[in-house]
Parts: sequence; C-alpha cells; structure tokens
Amino acid sequence: MKLHRIMALVVRHLYLYRRSLPRIMEIFYWPFLDLVIWGFITLYLARYQSQVPGFVTFFLGALILWDMLFRSQQGITISFLEELWARNLMNLFASPMKPGEFLIATMIMSVMKVTVVSIVMTGCALLFYSYNILIIGVWLMPFVLNLVVTGWIIGVFTTSLIMRFGQEAEVLAWSMVFLFQPISCVFYPMEVLPTWLQMIAWANPAAHIFEGMRAVLGESASPVGDLVWAVCLNGVLLVMVVAWFYRTVAYCKDQGLLVRVGE
Amino acid sequence: MTPPVLQASDLTKRFGDFTAVNGISFHIKPGEILGLLGPNGAGKTTTIQMLLGLVTPTSGSIHMFGLDLSTHREEILQQVNFSSTYLSMPQSLTVEENLWVVGRLYGMSDMARRVDAIVKKLEMEEFRGKITRKLSSGQMTRLTLAKAFLTEPQILFLDEPTASLDPDVAFKVRSLLKEARRSSGLSILYTSHNMREMEEMSDRIIFLQRGRIVATGTAQEIIDRFGKTDLEEVFLKFAQEQGHSVS
Ligand SMILES: Nc1ncnc2c1ncn2[C@@H]1O[C@H](COP(=O)(O)OP(=O)(O)OP(=O)(O)O)[C@@H](O)[C@H]1O
Ligand SMILES: [Mg+2]
Repeated sequence: MKLHRIMALVVRHLYLYRRSLPRIMEIFYWPFLDLVIWGFITLYLARYQSQVPGFVTFFLGALILWDMLFRSQQGITISFLEELWARNLMNLFASPMKPGEFLIATMIMSVMKVTVVSIVMTGCALLFYSYNILIIGVWLMPFVLNLVVTGWIIGVFTTSLIMRFGQEAEVLAWSMVFLFQPISCVFYPMEVLPTWLQMIAWANPAAHIFEGMRAVLGESASPVGDLVWAVCLNGVLLVMVVAWFYRTVAYCKDQGLLVRVGE
Repeated sequence: MTPPVLQASDLTKRFGDFTAVNGISFHIKPGEILGLLGPNGAGKTTTIQMLLGLVTPTSGSIHMFGLDLSTHREEILQQVNFSSTYLSMPQSLTVEENLWVVGRLYGMSDMARRVDAIVKKLEMEEFRGKITRKLSSGQMTRLTLAKAFLTEPQILFLDEPTASLDPDVAFKVRSLLKEARRSSGLSILYTSHNMREMEEMSDRIIFLQRGRIVATGTAQEIIDRFGKTDLEEVFLKFAQEQGHSVS
C-alpha cells in the first residue's frame, strides 16, 4: 500500500468535483428530496397514527441513516463509474496502483460524501421538522460507521458486477442498493417480515443497525447485541467482497475486459 | 553483452478459441527501439497490453529488468509507461491537472518543475490550462505522450503514437524519442502503420502476422530477405496473406 497513490486517486476526484456543479448537486439531490417528501408525509401520517409511539422520530431517523448507507455505496460505485466513463481504467491498472489502493481511494471518497450529506440532512431535519438526529446519542457514531461499511460492501459488490458485465450493468449503481432496502428493515422491525425473509435479513448488517436504532429510540433495549452482530457481519462480508473484487479484476485481465470497458 | 531490459518468452494469449498471440518470444536491449509491425488484428496491441499487465497471458513469461511481471508487477510498472493515440484521459480535468495526478500516482517528486519541462518539450504551452475535453486529437495525443514521459520510464510502450499528429509534430515526437533514447538509455517498443516511420525509428523490427512472428531483423534485413524494395511491400505481402484467412 502506498499513500501517494491513494492520494493521487482522491485528488483526481476532487479536481472533478471542484469544477462540476451537476456532480455536487447529485450528492445532495436525493437525500434532500427524500427528506422533504417523506418528512412531510411522516408529519401528516403521524396525526392519525398516534398509536405508533415515536413514529416521526423512528421514521426520520431511519430516513437519514438510510441515506448515509446509500451515499456510502454511491461513493464507491460512482467513483468507479467516473473512471469507466473517462476510460481511465487502463491508465490506472497499467500503473503500479494496486486494486486495494483503488478501493481505499473510493472509500475515502465515500466517507467524504457521507460526511457532507450527513451535515446537510441533519441541518434540514432541524430546519423543517425541528428534528435532531443527535437524540440517538452516543450510539449514533457506531451506527453510522457500520452503515458506511455496509455501504462499502454493497458498493464494492456493485462495482465488481459493472466491471464484469460492462457499461450495460451501470444502472446497478443506482438500483442495487434498493434490493437491500427491504431486508435492511429500515422503516419496520425485522419481525414483520415472513420467517424465510427474516433469515435473509438477519445476514444483512444494516438490518441489525436499524433494529438497534429502534431499540435506542424506543428506549426498549440496549443496542449492544445488534451492534456486535453488525460489526461481525460487516467484517466478514467486507473481506469476502474485497476478495471477490480481486477475483473480478483477475477475470477481467484474463478476458481483456479492462481495456475494452467504457466504449 | 548487456542483458535485455525486456524478455518475453513463448507468449500466448487466447480469448476462448481464438488465439490472438501465438507463442512469440522477443527481447529489447537497453536503449533499443524495437518496432512491432503487422496488419490489423495481428496481435500488436494485445502484446503490449500483456507487457503492461492489463491482459494476463494464457502461457509464457514476461521479464523486465530481470524481474518476472507476474510476481513483481509494482516494481516493474513503476519504471514503465505507455501511450497510444487511442488512449483517453479524464476529460473534465485540465491538461495540467491530469499530469499532476499521473505524477502523484507514480510518486514523482518536484512535480512543478517536471510538468513545466514536459510541457515545454512537447510544445503544449498554449493548451496546458485547457480542459482535456476541448483538446484536438493531436493535442490529446501529445498529452498522453507527456504523461508517458513524465514518469521517466526505462521502457516506453507506444501503440501508434503518431497516428493523429500532423507531420511537423510527428517529426518532433520522433526526434524527442530518439533524443530520450540517446540521453537516458530509454528502451522503446513501438507500433505504427507508417512504414517510413518504422524504417526511420526502429533498430530492429518484429513482424507479426496472425499472432505469430514471421520475420525479425533490421528493416533492411527484412526487405532483403523477402526480395522486396521497401518495408511497405513486405507489409502488403503479409497483410494480403493474413487477409485471406481473416473474415
Ligand atoms: N478482449 C478480447 N476478446 C476477444 N478477442 C480479442 C480481445 N482483444 C483482442 N482480440 C482479438 O485479437 C486480435 C488481435 O487484436 P489486436 O488489437 O492485438 O491487434 P493489432 O495488431 O493491435 O491490430 P491493429 O493494427 O488493428 O491495432 C484481433 O483479432 C482481436 O479481435
Ligand atoms: Mg492495435
């Protein structure tokens, strides 16, 4: 691992964003829209759904946390797509850069995007709904860190698929994460899922984080158990997905796909 | 005799049933310019991509600086660079930003001086601040050449580097390559469809046809061997042979 190579990749993306308003807007657009639309719907429903305690708190908290995961995933996948669109993969993979350095650079981009989006969403929630995400308290940080890692896992997974199947698979960058949404139990507890789906959801680290969030907000239980599961699953899945990325790179080099991709 | 900087042995690449490169062996000596010649689809680009670690050989081995590419990728690629007319670079960055990113990627120090020097050498002053998207194709080619020179490689792989350059700039690029070879012992592997350029530039030529080496030697040796008057005639002979069996 060489820091200068990782920084070269990060700087390359910062150059890109510095000059591109649409790219900057894209970071905020969906989180902002989500928050505005769903936030007001939540307020409206809350008037009639008074039997669900803390409905607004649950829903808005879940919305903000979910968008952090989403941005984290996008940070990885979009950074890769930028190289694909720029037909820059050949320059990178013929340099001394290692695939792992490439991934770390995208992870740094992902953390930057999540940070910026979190600040904006937290501010908007305060402004529009007088909602303060910090009520989650000391658990907020471990929750967010875990969701960021889950975002990386989905991001690296998606990136590998796009690398393997080419630009036609590019829609996955925006759609893949929504395949994970139902089994992340973002807006409802895991127990509402049918048993067979619960078993799948259980293997998803994000589901444990959202369970933990509800435990904290409902003051019903300690989230420590949920967090332990999330950390373990994140660790295992991250190693697996990075290994798979390396295998995909090897496959692409074997098939000569790295140099064809992006046309 | 000095050991070669590059040694490719029995290099083969198959894509499924199709054999793009078929058991070729060659070497490059320090400071040598080796021309890789052959009709479209002969396997020139595939060969260069294998030497850059972008395509994994089906069999055979590649050594540079005495190291095996399959186990010393990082050390080797640090001292190697490449350029091609068909190479792209990030379009939304300026010329200079692109050069800075490449410099950092290869861990070069003293970047401001280096960028100034290469910009001057390749006469890029008037467009050094331009967004890459707005470059003409010849300017783009100069940028990809600049990025290749910037990292001060020991070996340079050039896949049709002058294809989109006007004669004046192409002439300057050739002079620059010869000058770099003289002053720093740079070794170059070169492809081109311009036969005059090939004759002028290459110390030695390898002729590829359907993935196999069919002739090797100096331009004059090859011309004499096939009883032709120039390299173009030799080329046409091989291209027409290959053409009959390629759809
Ligand atoms: N990734 C790939 N998958 C399948 N076939 C490939 C792949 N890459 C190259 N080929 C085939 O290998 C052969 C050699 O291609 P290559 O690009 O090396 O030729 P070339 O000598 O560079 O030709 P040109 O002069 O047109 O640039 C071609 O028939 C090409 O179709
Ligand atoms: Mg070619």
